[in-house]
Amino acid sequence: MVAAASGEAPRKTRHGLSVGAWREALQCYAFISPWVIGFLWLTLYPFFSSLYYSFTDYHVTAPAQWVGLENFRYMFLRDSIFWKSLWNTLYYVGLSVPLRVLFGLLLAVLLNQKIPAMSVFRTLYYLPSITPTVAASIVWLWLLKGDWGLINTALRGIGIKGPAWLADPAWAKPALILMSLWGVGGAMVIYLAGLQGIPRELYEAGEIDGTSALQGFWHITIPMLSPVIFFNLIMNVIGAFQVFTQAYVMTQGGPANATRFYMLRLYEQAFSAFSMGLASAMAWFLFLLMLVFTLIQFKYIGGRVHYEVETRR
Amino acid sequence: MAESRAISLPDQTQHRVKGGLHSKSRGQQLRTALALLILLAGLALVMGPYLWMVSTSFKTDRQVFVRPPVWIPNPIRWANYPEAWEWGKLGLATMNTLIIAVGSLVGTLLSSSLVAYGFARLRAPGRDIIFSILLATMMLPGVVTMIPVFLIFSKLRWVNTFRPLIVPAYFGSAFNIFLLRQFFLTIPVELEDAAIIDGAGRLRIWATMFIPLSIPALATIAIFSFMHSWNDFMGPLIYLTDVNKYPIALAMSRFLQQYGAEWTLLMAASVTATFPLVVLFFLAQRTFIQGIVTTGLAGR
Repeated sequence: MVAAASGEAPRKTRHGLSVGAWREALQCYAFISPWVIGFLWLTLYPFFSSLYYSFTDYHVTAPAQWVGLENFRYMFLRDSIFWKSLWNTLYYVGLSVPLRVLFGLLLAVLLNQKIPAMSVFRTLYYLPSITPTVAASIVWLWLLKGDWGLINTALRGIGIKGPAWLADPAWAKPALILMSLWGVGGAMVIYLAGLQGIPRELYEAGEIDGTSALQGFWHITIPMLSPVIFFNLIMNVIGAFQVFTQAYVMTQGGPANATRFYMLRLYEQAFSAFSMGLASAMAWFLFLLMLVFTLIQFKYIGGRVHYEVETRR
Repeated sequence: MAESRAISLPDQTQHRVKGGLHSKSRGQQLRTALALLILLAGLALVMGPYLWMVSTSFKTDRQVFVRPPVWIPNPIRWANYPEAWEWGKLGLATMNTLIIAVGSLVGTLLSSSLVAYGFARLRAPGRDIIFSILLATMMLPGVVTMIPVFLIFSKLRWVNTFRPLIVPAYFGSAFNIFLLRQFFLTIPVELEDAAIIDGAGRLRIWATMFIPLSIPALATIAIFSFMHSWNDFMGPLIYLTDVNKYPIALAMSRFLQQYGAEWTLLMAASVTATFPLVVLFFLAQRTFIQGIVTTGLAGR
């Protein structure tokens, strides 16, 4: 890869590297040392110590006490809100992620057509995704007001009586999912770039063979785009599992715990109740859950992803 | 402004029409018309909240609840903005956000580019193993390390300072290191060899050759780092207790808790928090889009 930096004679040291190579190695370690120190201090040590804390009773003021599986027992058997928050989160992940992928893809395909003022459309569709989450939360809180919010006013205009949204336990999660779709423009840009990387010849070849547009979409667009879709899916799932800010700002977990997502519950255990042991146990459970979900996706979806073999030189 | 600065991806979009062989067929026209119709309808849904936010931010309290909804405020109440700024301490919050954002931006650019240079250009035993560990950490969700990191910083008495939000950036971020390393690998080795023969040290090569050559990549990272600081909610929420140290996201949330019914002021505050990012987007649109595409990360 890189030519050795030295013009020195290849004197070998005891360890088989020349003096020049040793010098280069030391320089390399010096350059990468910020990350290595940061990794040891702020990733590796915390990673294992949170595993340790998950088996302890630790309330910050007193030293951690080993309690074995007590935190997990409490979580699984006695904390009813734990299951509720897990269900809320799975509901959110299960609906928000597929819908985001679907709408992002749909939007990208539409914006990939030859239509007037295309770039204006793209820009406007993209804008919501750069809105700060807290600002978006406040705006949507206002839009989603049950009696006089803009959304229900519009629904009333077409003869539908809208639900109370964030005030109704049955509609609070769908409301947040709806809001998450607003920011779908970010994914749209990624898909759009992917679409433009698909060689036109593929469609032309299909055209000659008499494929319809829909067949072209299914047999050319989707396979060619699958690596991008898959990556997006994985990252979206990981992000959606950690949904927090919207719920904290808009509903504080209510009504009737309908939006008490896993991260919100974890935050409360850690920073309101200061049960660091219990919160660490929750963090590790979530981590393992996300790991399982990611592996499942790799196994059942990753196998269908079409990676183009680079043959050009 | 819109047309020339609007999103234009590299590449020949104009030709990317399925059915290029009979490009003006009737079916084609019908499809375009249908696409346009759907896009226009969708646009109303996407821009509605935006326009409603801006519109409400200029209304008087009396106009807020008028039905049917009024989109163009009359009279226009500019005073919502100074009031929101004063009540929500948004000026102070903006300053705090800028301190955090610039502090961590400098840190991440410096450290990530140094580390990336080491990985891209210098050979050492174990380097590739360390690099694969770095790649693995990108998949590690922050929730697993959050609590011990909080405990570390609170033992250092860094709680209620900006340090927990800035200092970690000086150890490089895996994602940025990866991005810069890929970029550095495309810089020809010959350039560097010539400098080495002239007696330049590694640090000087990094500073005078790699940094200037990778400005586009650094700009992408800078923008994303800035956006992250501007947006970050949970970090400040955990570490900052003094209201006077709140960054914009936290100040907005507090404002909502205190003045939850003052919708005109809340919307003015939301516009204030959104506006700088929209301006940033229009100023650096190319870098923005390039960044999203190369990182594959779409934000929220």
